[in-house]
Amino acid sequence: MATQMGTGYLETASVPVPAMLGTVAARDLTGSLMPNLSRALTVIASLLLVGLFFVPMWRVQLVAPQYPEGLGMRIGVSYVAGATPTDLANINGLNHYVGMKHITPDAIPELHYMPWIVGGLILFGLLAALVGNRKLLIGWVGSFLVVGVAGLVDFWRWEYDYGHNIDYAHAIIKIPGMNYQPPLMGVKQLLNFTAVSWPDIGAWLAFAAFGLGVIALAFALRVRAAKSSNILGF
Amino acid sequence: MRIATIGRFSLGIFVAGALGLGASACAPTGKSSSAAGLLAGDAATRTYVPPGSYDEYYAFLSGGFSGQVTVYGLPSGRLFKQIPVFSQFPQTGYGYDEDSKAMLNTTFGFVPWDDAHHTEMSLTNGVPDGRWLFINGNNTPRIARIDLKRFETEEILQIPNAAGGHASPFATPDTKYVVSATRFSVPIPQKDVPIDSYKQNFKGTITFVKADVPGKMDVAFQIMMPGYDYDLGHAGKGPSDGWFFFTTYNSEEANTKLEVNASQADKDYIAAINYKRAEECIAAGKGKKFGGSYVHNYVDPATRIAKSETKTGVTMLYPADCDGLVYYLPTPKSPHGVDIDPTGEYIVAGGKLATVIPVHSYTKMIKAIADKQFEKTIDGIPVIKYDAVIAGEVKNPGLGPLHTEFDGKGNAYTSMFISSEVVKWKLGTWEVLDRIPVYYSVGHIMIPGGDSKKPWGKYLVALDKIAKDRYLPTGPEGSRSAQLIDISGDKMKMLLDFPTMGEPHYAQAVPASLLQPGSLKFQKLADNKNPNVTTSEAGGGITRTGKRVDVKMIAIRSHFAPDNLEGVELGDTVYFHVTNIEQDWNIAHGFAVFGSNNSGITLPPGETRTVRWVPQATGIYPFYCTDFCSALHQEMQGYVRVSSPALHVPLSANVSKVSQTQLGRLPAKHGEKQ
Repeated sequence: MATQMGTGYLETASVPVPAMLGTVAARDLTGSLMPNLSRALTVIASLLLVGLFFVPMWRVQLVAPQYPEGLGMRIGVSYVAGATPTDLANINGLNHYVGMKHITPDAIPELHYMPWIVGGLILFGLLAALVGNRKLLIGWVGSFLVVGVAGLVDFWRWEYDYGHNIDYAHAIIKIPGMNYQPPLMGVKQLLNFTAVSWPDIGAWLAFAAFGLGVIALAFALRVRAAKSSNILGF
Repeated sequence: MRIATIGRFSLGIFVAGALGLGASACAPTGKSSSAAGLLAGDAATRTYVPPGSYDEYYAFLSGGFSGQVTVYGLPSGRLFKQIPVFSQFPQTGYGYDEDSKAMLNTTFGFVPWDDAHHTEMSLTNGVPDGRWLFINGNNTPRIARIDLKRFETEEILQIPNAAGGHASPFATPDTKYVVSATRFSVPIPQKDVPIDSYKQNFKGTITFVKADVPGKMDVAFQIMMPGYDYDLGHAGKGPSDGWFFFTTYNSEEANTKLEVNASQADKDYIAAINYKRAEECIAAGKGKKFGGSYVHNYVDPATRIAKSETKTGVTMLYPADCDGLVYYLPTPKSPHGVDIDPTGEYIVAGGKLATVIPVHSYTKMIKAIADKQFEKTIDGIPVIKYDAVIAGEVKNPGLGPLHTEFDGKGNAYTSMFISSEVVKWKLGTWEVLDRIPVYYSVGHIMIPGGDSKKPWGKYLVALDKIAKDRYLPTGPEGSRSAQLIDISGDKMKMLLDFPTMGEPHYAQAVPASLLQPGSLKFQKLADNKNPNVTTSEAGGGITRTGKRVDVKMIAIRSHFAPDNLEGVELGDTVYFHVTNIEQDWNIAHGFAVFGSNNSGITLPPGETRTVRWVPQATGIYPFYCTDFCSALHQEMQGYVRVSSPALHVPLSANVSKVSQTQLGRLPAKHGEKQ
């Protein structure tokens, strides 16, 4: 794929394009260029992802009779943190009763490489828009999908491990068959705690970015189909 | 005439009582009780705060001879907290543990009790601001400052050259000063003289304490006064800002059987003190250097350990050296309270044996001073003519007027100790508008902000000296009592009785919104600068310095670390430095060791406390958490081995063992990740 990104595409992209949405870029001789709307949407989608570095992606709230105000976790691209500076320590403190592992953010490798993946996705999107190549756009939306699904699966696996990897030898409260995996999305009762887990602003930004990417792609493909029908024998 | 009033009033009670009896007699029909039920139901609705809901006001009641302050909610009358101030408090270890012991130091040594009197909220522009609460100790004159983020006593200043600090700790409108005046005149400086030499030798003092910087309270200056008893005080406000008013009695200067001998004069005085003038005189070098030692105790803001410092010498002002400093306003019959209305114009005296409530006018006082309307001079203090300063008298108010509060709507409310009622009257016309019986023998009354420029005039709390039959009996001595009265309408309405701790001398109350948002949830461990803090599971240990053994340990749900200590020898003094490393609101632990001659201690989250223990015999001593902290609270315990020195048992604390077993999965630095 990288080998296809010859200088020709860049030259083509540097040609001024009419600012009419939905029209095909000028001198699209090869037919592989994105319409301007798709390029604009791709830029917006990529920039939305920049927000992931500033807002949490997921929120887990734990409420119990003794914790009416709740204990909260916020998960971002590079961190797992308490909703307040002390919540994570308090969650860890409570979890030692049932033999759960400590949540030690430094020990979670995903938190180290996720920022690079998101950063790469942003650059890739911007590059696709800049070059204006449809295949790049397909590649970007595809890799976005892979990263998103893999991220969710990985997050679920992390939650599974967190909830199932119980040190029964040293757990103070042992309940056979009980696991403490919080839900990926939704509400679940874990002993005296009600765990509530939902996407936070960052995830909504990512969903929106992905949606825009899909629209951009759909538009690019539709325009191409329309163009193909107009220029017979292309 | 007054007798007739009281008689009619008594008749009223009798009739009401008879009606009440009739209603209950008819109760089985279920119908006749509904009228009474409606009335009671109305009061119940007004004071009912549903479970989990909050009160409208925080009320701070003096705990009197308990030496403490109690915090209540209004209108529910629910008790929230007892704040230890002048007395040791084993519930928390205040005054017992090494951290707070110094708060009770005086020049007389460690004084573990006092007779707490008047609560006073700090003020900004004459309005309660919710920063601090002051309260005075009467017996060994002291003024304490309670921080209202922590609701803890953070500072106590002893008042030198004084005996009995009763007219205290009333504040100026900007809290620049709080004051203390001598209830009991004594020789100043103290000396050994015949008691019947009172008139030559006994003096009173009025002390102005600089109070606007926390941790830095200090005596600004004192004024040497004639040897009367100085009873209560209040600062002027608005136009009278810059003046302070104190009641005096025993202007007869009796030294025995004061109940008779100090009640002879037709009038005693209100001392009007121009403290701005005092500042001028001191600046002009008219103050005299005077002796007198006093102790200042304060909680170090970083370590949270109380420190004491002894200071010597004050600036003394003599009224004769500073003209315009003090004037006496003649006031009938041993006045008790002196209360300034919200406008700052009226100075209301509670002449406790008087048949009227005299009200002086600030405007008239200033004019009388300008016109030199004086009847005589006492020790350099001009006495203004009564007619030149009096604004009016409330006629037939009841018996034994003591204290007056204001609702900010032009009305005043005065407590009547002898006729046991609260009387509402109108400022300016002096007519009595309403009266309501209280149970029994009311002393102070309190309207939230009712002594300030901006009263929240919805409720009045009557603080009664006797409860008698108001509650189920608990032997010869029961609690004192308070009553909540609705003053929002024309007629006062009784809403609620609630018992009080000790004798409730005065109270202060402010809307909850002033304090609730700022109330501290826990001490951040990172900010805990106690030199003996332990911040991690593995950070504790045991060390020896001669015969002194120091144990550092943490408390967290549900264990201490370390929890097995060996190497303590008989003859050692052990200091347990326990840090509660919880970082969560209200998650406290406690600590006590078997056979200790000391109090247990309570450990608020994030704080370190040190408790001293001198083992009396060899053996094994369990220690445990005394505050049910968690599901495994009963397991939160440990052991100290006390050995004969001849055995040479090495010092050990099982920090590593603990971390290898149940805490194996906890990071070593748990608690430091804040």
